Formats: sequence, C-alpha cells, structure tokens
Amino acid sequence: MNNHSGNNGKRWYGHGLPYLEEKPLPGHLIVIEGTDGVGRSTQIELLRPWLELEGFAVSNTGWTRSPLLSATINEAKAGHQLTVTTFSLLYAADFADRLEHEILPALQAGFIVIADRYMYTAFARNTVMGADPAWSRELFQMALIPDRVFYLDIDVETLVPRVVQGKGMDYWESGMHLALGSDIFESFQRYQRRIIEEYKRLANEFGFITIDARGSIDEIQADLRRHILSYLGTARHPKGSATIDDLSE
Amino acid sequence: MPDDDLSDNRSTSSVGNGGSNGLKGAHAAIAASSNRRSLLDSPHPYPGRLIAVEGIDGSGKSTQLQLLARWLRARGYPVYFTEWNSSRLVRNAMRRGKRKNLLTPTTFSLLHAVDFADRFTYQILPPLKGGMIVLADRYVYTAFARDVARGVHPGWVRSVYNFAPRPDLTLYFRVPIDVSLERLLAGRAKLKYHEAGMDVGLSTEPIESFRLFQSRVLEIYDQLAVEYGFRTIDAVDEIPAQQQLFRKMMQEVLDGYGRTPRTQENHEQSLGK
Repeated sequence: MNNHSGNNGKRWYGHGLPYLEEKPLPGHLIVIEGTDGVGRSTQIELLRPWLELEGFAVSNTGWTRSPLLSATINEAKAGHQLTVTTFSLLYAADFADRLEHEILPALQAGFIVIADRYMYTAFARNTVMGADPAWSRELFQMALIPDRVFYLDIDVETLVPRVVQGKGMDYWESGMHLALGSDIFESFQRYQRRIIEEYKRLANEFGFITIDARGSIDEIQADLRRHILSYLGTARHPKGSATIDDLSE
Repeated sequence: MPDDDLSDNRSTSSVGNGGSNGLKGAHAAIAASSNRRSLLDSPHPYPGRLIAVEGIDGSGKSTQLQLLARWLRARGYPVYFTEWNSSRLVRNAMRRGKRKNLLTPTTFSLLHAVDFADRFTYQILPPLKGGMIVLADRYVYTAFARDVARGVHPGWVRSVYNFAPRPDLTLYFRVPIDVSLERLLAGRAKLKYHEAGMDVGLSTEPIESFRLFQSRVLEIYDQLAVEYGFRTIDAVDEIPAQQQLFRKMMQEVLDGYGRTPRTQENHEQSLGK
C-alpha cells in the first residue's frame, strides 16, 4: 500500500487542463451526489469533524459556490433570463473555477476534498432541461474523476416531507422554469422524479456507490463512514498521512 | 498553436503516472463516445444572413463592419449588430475576474461562452430567423484562436460552441503584429492587460507580451482561415479599398436574399441597439 508518487490513481475525465503543470495529487476526492433536499449538506457537516478527528485534513467545495460566479448565477436565476445553454455553461464555469482554485490545490496538499455535488449534477439537470447529454459531458472534459461518488438515493414520496419541513419548495428545485404545471407541489414532484430517474441512470453509468437515503440521518452517516473507511483502507496512502490502522482504533 | 490532433483525442488521460481507478472505465467510455459534429460544418437554415468579422485587436475589423452597416442600412436592409463580450449576464463576473486576476484560461473561455450563448439566444438567433442581416463583431472563431492561445484544448473549445451556426460570410482582417500595435497605441496610452495576454505570463513587459501572445493568436487565425474557409482581407490596405472588397463580398451573400429592402422608417426599428 505504498505509493510515494502520491497520485492515488487519479485521472482526468477528458483532456484535463492542458496548460497546467502536472503535480502529484496525494489527496482524495470524495463526491456526495443526490437531489435537492436529500440531506447532502447535513451528511457532509457530520463527515468533516469525524475525518478531522481521525487526523485527515478536509476541504469542502459546493456547487455554484465559486467566488467568481456564485453572485452571477444567483442574479441570473432571479432574472429568469437563463436558457439551458447559458445555465449549463455557467455551471461549467463555476465548476472550473472551483476545480482550479479549490479542488486541485487541496488535493495537491493531501487533503480529503468533499464535494457537495459534482459534474453529475450538471449532467442530470442539463438533460432534464433538454440539453444534449453529449454536449454537457464535453463541457466537463477538464474535470478530475473523483475517487468515490456516493449517491444519496431517495424516492419522491420520502423527499417531499423533508423538503417541506426543511427550507420549502424553491422555484428552480421545483422545475418551475420547465413549466410542468402551475402547481408548485406537482411541478416539484414531476421535476424531482425526472432528476432522480436521471441520477439512477448516471449511477449505473459512472459506478456511483448508492446509499439508501430514506433512513435516518445517523443511518445514512454510518453507511457513508463505512464506505469511506473501506475506500481509505484500500487507497494508496502517501507518506505521512493516516493509514487504516489509525482509523480503526 | 499546439499540434494536437483536432479530429479526435478525447480519450481519458491520466494524471502523472496514476494507476487504475474504479470509476475510470465508465468515464472513459462516455468521454470517447461524445458527438463531435458541429453546426459550423454546414450552412444555417435561416432566412437571414450572418456576417462575422475576425482578426486580432487593431486589425480595423470593427471600423470596416461599421462602414458596411452604414452601407447596408442606406440601401434599406434590416441590420442587427452584435459584439463579442457585450452581454450583461456575465459582465460583473468578467469584470471581477479580470480585476482580481481570478480568471484561468478555462474560466475565461467559459465566461465568453456564456456571453456568446446569451447573445445567441436573444440577439443572434431571433433576427436571423426573422430574416435580418446580423453583423457580428467577432464570432466563435475568436474563442478558437484566443482561448487556444491561452492553452485550452482546441477540441474542447469547439465542443463548447457547437450550438453556433456557421456564418454566411466570415471575414478575416489580417494584419502584422507591428501594425496592430501601432494602431492600438496611437489611440491610447497603454495596452489592456488581457489584450496583451499578460495573464499568460509570456513576458512581464506589456508590449513584448502583446507581441508574443498576439503572434500565437495570429498563427491560429491563419489555420482557422483554412479550416473554416474565411475570406481574408489584407488589413494593411487603405480603409476605402478594404471596404470596397467587403461590400463586393457582401453583394454575393445578398444574392437570393429573399426580402425586399424595407423603407427607412420600418428598418429604423430593427436596428437593435
């Protein structure tokens, strides 16, 4: 289990970033995917202190949270002027900004990067909005393939009360822009059903690890930890970082 | 220009000497299966006409396009004008990115793509479908030249813009670097940071950086001219001589243009901004 070159077998999804100097990426890239309101951020909040307690440095990154574009995306959403094309391109720009300024530097520094959503969110949403799936994938050719993708799987029936009790149904997460109906509740159900369907397809295609997200917060967390431990156990560790022996204490 | 194979090299590449990864297989299959066809390969189906001018900064293309617009309008044609990097959607992000030097070649490229996609939806496609003459000061080829000169993958940037239709006429105003520099510096005190390609880091001295960066851009434009069949105009020529050539080429494009020229009052409304 020694790999002092420290890349952990990382690969680019496509051509990567041709202008960047190649550097070792000894960190780990773990992605949590799943639809709106499924509980991704709650789970990530719990993973971080656990991993830190185990001695890992953790860095978080979240969809549309890039310093360069988050304001633009929010303004554009408020103004309703986006098309599926501009939406997709803005997602890709936000992603590229975080990839180059957050994800890659953290991986170079040997951190565990936990990404709240990754390019698969764009693949699912763009497709539901009607973009050509091949084109969406082309846009993300610069991406790094994650070490693990955990997909929090849920059905619409279980999702609805969570969202209602949580932050409520939002215009975009209900797919109101797709004009599926004037009733936000029905639109939410239909839109989320399509998104979840798309996620399941992607899970199959890209080899996500599916986590049953219908259980309690603790149950989901336990599942995630078990999978992450098993991944970290088999992953090659660079010199100086924790090994599975430290973790299982 | 990097000597990448433009036709197909989309296979998943490894980072360093990286080993295997559980997700790799599926990802590679997806990446390789992508569709590489582009609307730029064949004429558009719309009743309007799309004219694009390309060239490095200081080539005089905007001047020539303005003169062409004046001529077309005087003859009663409905003209719509659109300019590279002018949509409000990404203006703030672009400004913030440039000021704080946050832009990488990839985000620089994608922000311009958002700008183009936004203008395409609201400014290019509707007049084109409505039978107008759309004049574009720079088109997707600007991205193919500049972004690749900054280091992005030539195949990738073509995919990003694969929704863009092919212009009926693309004019390439070809000018040597020294002439372009002379023209730019005659009008103002100094070169702009990105115009000089300072972000690429070829030189810390703006004029030298401009020379090096724009030479790359020029070289790529020369290749694009062949790849996409641009009509090349010697932009060192006298302005009226260039304009005469431009109008002659425009005349060919107007052959078979289905709309009878409008009256002055009518087309005044459709002049765009």
